[in-house]
Amino acid sequence: MKGNKLIIYGLLLAFGLAAPFIFPAYKLQISFMWILVILALTWDVQGGQMGYNSFGNILFFGIGMYICAGIQIGMFFPLAEWTSSGGEKTFLHTPSQYFQGFFVGLVLASIVPAIVAALIGYGILGLRGHYFAICTLGLGIAAGEIAGGIELIGAGQGMTAPPWPKGIGDTELRSEFFYFLCFILMVVTFIFLKWAYQTRFGLILNAIRDNEDKAEAMGIYTMRYKIIGWIVSAFFLGIAGGLMGNMVGYIEPTEIAFAGATYGVFMVLMAILGGKGTLWGPVIGAVAFHIFKEGFWTFFLGWQYVALGALIVVIVVFFPEGIMGWLREKYPEKFGEIVDEADRKAQVELK
Amino acid sequence: MVQASLDGILLGVLFALIAYGMALQWGVMNIINIAQGELVIMGGYIAYFMYTAGIHPALGIIVSPIIMYFVGWFLYKTVIYKVVDRDLFISILATFGISILTQQLMNFIFGADVVVAQSNFGTTMLFDNSVTLPNAKIFSALVSIIFAIALVMYMKKSRLGRAIRATAQNSRAAKILGVDTEKVYAATFGINAALCGVAGSLIAITFTLHPYVGLPYTVRSFMIVIVAGLGNLPGVALSGMGLGVFEEFADYILGTEFRIGSVFMLLVFILVYRRFKLSRKREYLK
Amino acid sequence: MYKFSLVFLSALALLLGSISTSFSKVEGDTIILGAAVSLTGKYSTNGKHTKNGYELAVKRINGRAAKVQVGGKDYKFKIIYYDDESNAGRAAQLAEKLIKQDGVKYMLGPYSSGLTKAIAPVTEENKIPMVEANGASRSLFTKGYKYLFAVLSAANQYLEVAIDLAVEKNGGKPVNIAMAFEQDAFSQDVRLGIVDAAKRTGSKIIIDDKLPKELNDMAATLAKVKATKPDVLVVSGHSKGALTAIRQISEMKVDVPMLAMTHCDASKLAKQHGEKSEYALCAAQWHKTLSYRDKYFGSGKKFDKDFTAEYGYAPPYQAAESAAALLVWKDAFERANSFDTEKVRDALAATDMQTFYGNIKFSDAGQNIAKPMVLFQVICDGDKCENKVVAPTEWASAELIHPAPAWSER
Repeated sequence: MKGNKLIIYGLLLAFGLAAPFIFPAYKLQISFMWILVILALTWDVQGGQMGYNSFGNILFFGIGMYICAGIQIGMFFPLAEWTSSGGEKTFLHTPSQYFQGFFVGLVLASIVPAIVAALIGYGILGLRGHYFAICTLGLGIAAGEIAGGIELIGAGQGMTAPPWPKGIGDTELRSEFFYFLCFILMVVTFIFLKWAYQTRFGLILNAIRDNEDKAEAMGIYTMRYKIIGWIVSAFFLGIAGGLMGNMVGYIEPTEIAFAGATYGVFMVLMAILGGKGTLWGPVIGAVAFHIFKEGFWTFFLGWQYVALGALIVVIVVFFPEGIMGWLREKYPEKFGEIVDEADRKAQVELK
Repeated sequence: MVQASLDGILLGVLFALIAYGMALQWGVMNIINIAQGELVIMGGYIAYFMYTAGIHPALGIIVSPIIMYFVGWFLYKTVIYKVVDRDLFISILATFGISILTQQLMNFIFGADVVVAQSNFGTTMLFDNSVTLPNAKIFSALVSIIFAIALVMYMKKSRLGRAIRATAQNSRAAKILGVDTEKVYAATFGINAALCGVAGSLIAITFTLHPYVGLPYTVRSFMIVIVAGLGNLPGVALSGMGLGVFEEFADYILGTEFRIGSVFMLLVFILVYRRFKLSRKREYLK
Repeated sequence: MYKFSLVFLSALALLLGSISTSFSKVEGDTIILGAAVSLTGKYSTNGKHTKNGYELAVKRINGRAAKVQVGGKDYKFKIIYYDDESNAGRAAQLAEKLIKQDGVKYMLGPYSSGLTKAIAPVTEENKIPMVEANGASRSLFTKGYKYLFAVLSAANQYLEVAIDLAVEKNGGKPVNIAMAFEQDAFSQDVRLGIVDAAKRTGSKIIIDDKLPKELNDMAATLAKVKATKPDVLVVSGHSKGALTAIRQISEMKVDVPMLAMTHCDASKLAKQHGEKSEYALCAAQWHKTLSYRDKYFGSGKKFDKDFTAEYGYAPPYQAAESAAALLVWKDAFERANSFDTEKVRDALAATDMQTFYGNIKFSDAGQNIAKPMVLFQVICDGDKCENKVVAPTEWASAELIHPAPAWSER
């Protein structure tokens, strides 16, 4: 690793670690930003690197969310009573129960979506192009609708995640706790994907994107790699979902868990905005999108969806290469500095 | 059961009309229009406005396609022309952007109120009052069929229809032979929007209107087109009715709460089934 | 890369720094309240009613010589609004934003139970009192929230009265109930109320359907209703549900002696469907003819007039209850005589007052227990259809028509 690159990573890391103390009021906002970065990064595994434009990755996010909260509650209390709003009882987690439940919940929230991805992968990843896109869109929406019909998890009522236990610090501690979990998850996801893209696995994903039939003809069993790619996405998305559910505190089937119309689309948009198929693109896209959204959204007050719609059209139609692509075109001489060396090499080799 | 089947068929004919528009633009321009449902709702609002102005909303089937044709044409000239030759995914995302944009604009213009237009068509009773068929539904099914037939005739006989079919088969060759493909594309998109307008005004008199209910219509029409295949009009009509019946039965058997969920699951199953069928075929050809 | 990220980082820092983090619970002579309301999305109509209700009350309170008296000084109200896009996730984020970034210490509720449920954990964690006027779900009051106060009656009370009425008209004998409820927090709570009422009266529930959120066709449910002939049909699904139900009931000529619904005035049912909606029973939190009074708006009729003059349409109960929330705040501030959130919370908990909208007194769970629901029936005179209060009898302006005549006789 070159010297100044090390400095950049160090700076970014320092920023991430220091942010909750420099901007205490924005802790939660920045935590959401890291979640969005994870969404964009994991989407890019399919959409950018593999060329499979998925609208349904939100499925894993929602499953993770429900699994995590469900385990947290179900480990200690009857879940059905918790979710049925008719119950007059209130349950409170003790701190040790809370953290035990949270840990087990997160572990399962990563494993179960990964298993789901493995199970449905063979059927669904065999679809190509827009059939895949629409199929995954259907999958995401169907999941939300079905979750809205299951009594055990609160059906359309939604369910509340366990509240922060009493007696171990105030809300500041809570938001710091979740902030660092989000940040760590984001960093781990990033490092893992950076490593993965450098291996043969990353090359094969790109080969699938560039010409799947040829890759198959070369003797690569593409389906296996497609499924593994999806499992990776599902794994990280599931944890992100579990965190998100606890952070928001209330889980609603179609608006928070399987929020295809918001997060499901945002993840695609952020990756494209930043530049899909690059490692940094989704990160930059997510940060830029979040800042744009939080910074300017409130000024539109009522018009923001018109702005969002217009933004999507403009990005997609006029800047399909994203910020990274735009930078690449505008400053080709600085290109070597901007893009990750290994990533670039991998792309050049493939071309 | 009889009730459910009849309801389903009448509903399905309406879906088929929307799906036909979808098949048309998909076949000709290679575009998947996520904003299809929003065009339908927009057409519905036109009929609703005629109703509030004191005109019978059923006349919307004449007025709203005319207006919607120009809306479609306008959309083509501003955005769609940019995405015609591009990756399908780009068109999906771009039209998705259009879809939320129009949803929100409709919300501003018409309000988020749920509205209905009264046709006062009355109801037909069958089998000693055990099965009821609202005349509005029968009317809408008839209108859908008439429009579909008229469109097929138009495609076969008229000059523009022939140009559209030629472009669908091979746009480059059509261009070489002197077809102004730009114009054809604009017209196709306009015709699609006009069909949506008809369907929308029928929905205004049979169901309810709301700026945010477009997406299920888009997905249904997409599903119908996939099942039927592009350019297979009888197939579109049949699979439209099949979907309508499926929905009504899903209501009965699974409960209404799973209706939309089951539609989307059906979509997933059809696609996956299709994939396995196709891949088997591929191996066979080897 | 190096330069780029430096620029990027500093831009980020600048942006975060430049957004003012003024802690503004009370600025000069202004008390700042925060509210996330739905200006876009599926609840935007009702969100607008909520906002207008808040606005009118603020205007009325600020327009008086003695505004809000705290510690011998006179304070104005001001509300910071954000648009929650009718999305629960967004609402929770905005609540956090209001509290952490805008420094809001006193909250007003959003529209709908679902969004209130999303915001309540946030206000509770931060110990910020919230007076909400549009979250009726009972589950809001079973979680032990201490900083949540609702001026409206809980959702399960909405239609219980209707079941009691049906039993009464049936000569005290149990009735058969068919019901269809949308899959959302509010409607499902109305359903629980009906289930309780059915248990209490020994009535039987013969159809229990759930409707999807994107509902526009309930023919399947109605076909079942037709086949089983229940005594009461209960439908709740916000405005969409009410309109769809009436349309299809009239088209399919479904005869039920009693049809009970919610959201009739929000959906302008009587206006949109006219005679077809006749005899439908509707639950409401408030009606302008109720005889409550206060010194800000006078009576319900006066509120109706003022609101109509200001916003050009008659206020649905969503607007009235929202306006009442501001009156509760004012009252609590004056009694607490302090801006300390804990003291204000205690004052809120001790609220016992009458407003034009009804009596307000909170239970330990923060639920308003001093106000009954009203039930009205759509009654037509020729082409003109109106909502007339039929229960409770104290305010009834018309006699309940029961059973509703069959379609063949209308």
